Amino acid sequence: MSGGTRLGGVDLTLAYERRTVAEGLTVDVPDRSFTVVIGPNACGKSTLLRALARTLRPHAGTVLLDGRDIHALPSRAVARTLGLLPQSATAPDGITVADLVARGRYPHQGLLRQWSREDERVVAESMAATGVAALAGRPVDELSGGQRQRAWIAMALAQQTPLLLLDEPTTWLDIAHQIEVLELCARLHSEQDRTVVAVLHDLHHAARYATHLIAMRDGRVVAAGDPKQVVTAALVEEVFGLACRIVEDPETGTPLVVPAARRSGDRLHQADRAG
Amino acid sequence: MTVLRTPGGLSLRWRARSLAVGALGTLLVLTLAVLAVGGGDYPMSPADVLRTLTGQGSPAETFIVRELRLPRLATALGAGAALALAGAVVQSLLRNPLGSPDVLGITQGAATGALVVVVAGGSSLALSGAAVAGGVASGLLIRAVAGRHGLAGHRLVLVGIGVMAMLTGVNGWLLTRAPLMDAARAVLWLTGSLDGRGWAQAGPLLAVLAALTPVVLLGGRALSTIELGDDSATALGVPVSRVRQLLLGTAVLLAAAAAAAAGPVSFVALTAPHLARRLTRAPGPNLVASALTGAALLLAADLVAQRAIAGQQLPVGVVTGALGGAYLVWLLAAQRRAGRI
Repeated sequence: MSGGTRLGGVDLTLAYERRTVAEGLTVDVPDRSFTVVIGPNACGKSTLLRALARTLRPHAGTVLLDGRDIHALPSRAVARTLGLLPQSATAPDGITVADLVARGRYPHQGLLRQWSREDERVVAESMAATGVAALAGRPVDELSGGQRQRAWIAMALAQQTPLLLLDEPTTWLDIAHQIEVLELCARLHSEQDRTVVAVLHDLHHAARYATHLIAMRDGRVVAAGDPKQVVTAALVEEVFGLACRIVEDPETGTPLVVPAARRSGDRLHQADRAG
Repeated sequence: MTVLRTPGGLSLRWRARSLAVGALGTLLVLTLAVLAVGGGDYPMSPADVLRTLTGQGSPAETFIVRELRLPRLATALGAGAALALAGAVVQSLLRNPLGSPDVLGITQGAATGALVVVVAGGSSLALSGAAVAGGVASGLLIRAVAGRHGLAGHRLVLVGIGVMAMLTGVNGWLLTRAPLMDAARAVLWLTGSLDGRGWAQAGPLLAVLAALTPVVLLGGRALSTIELGDDSATALGVPVSRVRQLLLGTAVLLAAAAAAAAGPVSFVALTAPHLARRLTRAPGPNLVASALTGAALLLAADLVAQRAIAGQQLPVGVVTGALGGAYLVWLLAAQRRAGRI
């Protein structure tokens, strides 16, 4: 299946009760990619992710998982294939990190199979992979923002799904914690061979970490592909309405978006050349 | 956490503390039960009670135990457990510690049903049936107003409060229509009382409880997943909308059955799950501990109601209302001290 696609949406109409967010939207998530969805606020990127994770049922069109309508598949079977870190997650009062992560094992458990050795091993591994093992006994509501986000990612990991969707995993985090979470996602993609799909706000982060970029505006996909080809000044102008220059990220060689300085842009440009 | 695994791949897990709370709760309920059956105007020793239960008591003792005290005990335990389970389910589904069937107007609906029978005249069996019907009807009304997608969170609470306010008005109007004697009887019923409860009330309640408790317990794992948020629960493979409708429906039936047997006893549904959670210190709905706490709470309240003032019996709802209200105020104060609100 390498190079193929396990998850995608065909001709999706996505809407909340009265507001239509997208019509005729078709997207593919390449297998084993780290796909990042970007776009301005209210462009429908989180809505698309919710549809792919089947927490929002499309008004028309189909979300396909392994070639079948995701809503026609048994929900437990889907939950063993596709995990989600939603924006709206709430930790019950007083729950500890270990308890929270253990709840990710739900689709693998049953009334008479409440806590197998496998469950125990996977929960320990998930906490180790996200660096929250030392916090196992701490209540989630006492953690810092970055620690809490890593605990939630550990819960999604414990679900042991080949596909993992993350809805704005870096929002509300400071820059160091943002990078920490993104590095973790990149590791999950490269070392554990998972397909990771994340909605991100920051174009620079998207260009740096994604292997596949989907740029959206007004419920449409404006461009999709390798970030090195997709991220151009013209695209940023079209998607975000922002004049900019694209330079090479000195650390990674990926595209780095430098917003144009208003009015004095030309002068800066000249100074740059002179220097 | 304690885990038990068998070679066949079965595994069970429980918290030592939750188990201890369960054992102590059972012990407390049994102790209270012995006090309840043995005490009263005709005191009997536990040995006498046991002798009577095995069929070796005098005819008078047999009548007192089997026809007066046991059904009252069964009603208290059944209504307490049913209300507490309903409260635990509603609080967990709404992710709101103040959620309970009282707040949603279910018990008010049951009261409306009962009052209609009081005004129109009817047997106590008709009154019980009408109370259940009223509770279920108000549950369906809330579902119709809130819509299929509105069964979560604030919307349901607000619709429930609206329905409750309307039904309170209807109930007041019905009371003014009732003849004076019937109105007095109705007010006693509305307060919640276990006086004169026989097997006619206890039997159906226990049957409903026996049928619905397994449903609630089986839904317990899905409930603790829904507490993480609808999206997380869906992602974990829980059919959230179906589970929510099923469990809310179950909670409505439990609360309505309890109200039909004992009247709309206040605060048990709200308080018992809170107490249970404080005792077990476990996250999640704490269903078994809640049910035991509710049963013990209502039985203890009834003992106080019967014996607090010599020669005078209070309706049990007065005691649960006073205790529950005091507990709620204390809870708010404690939460404020902890900086949570």
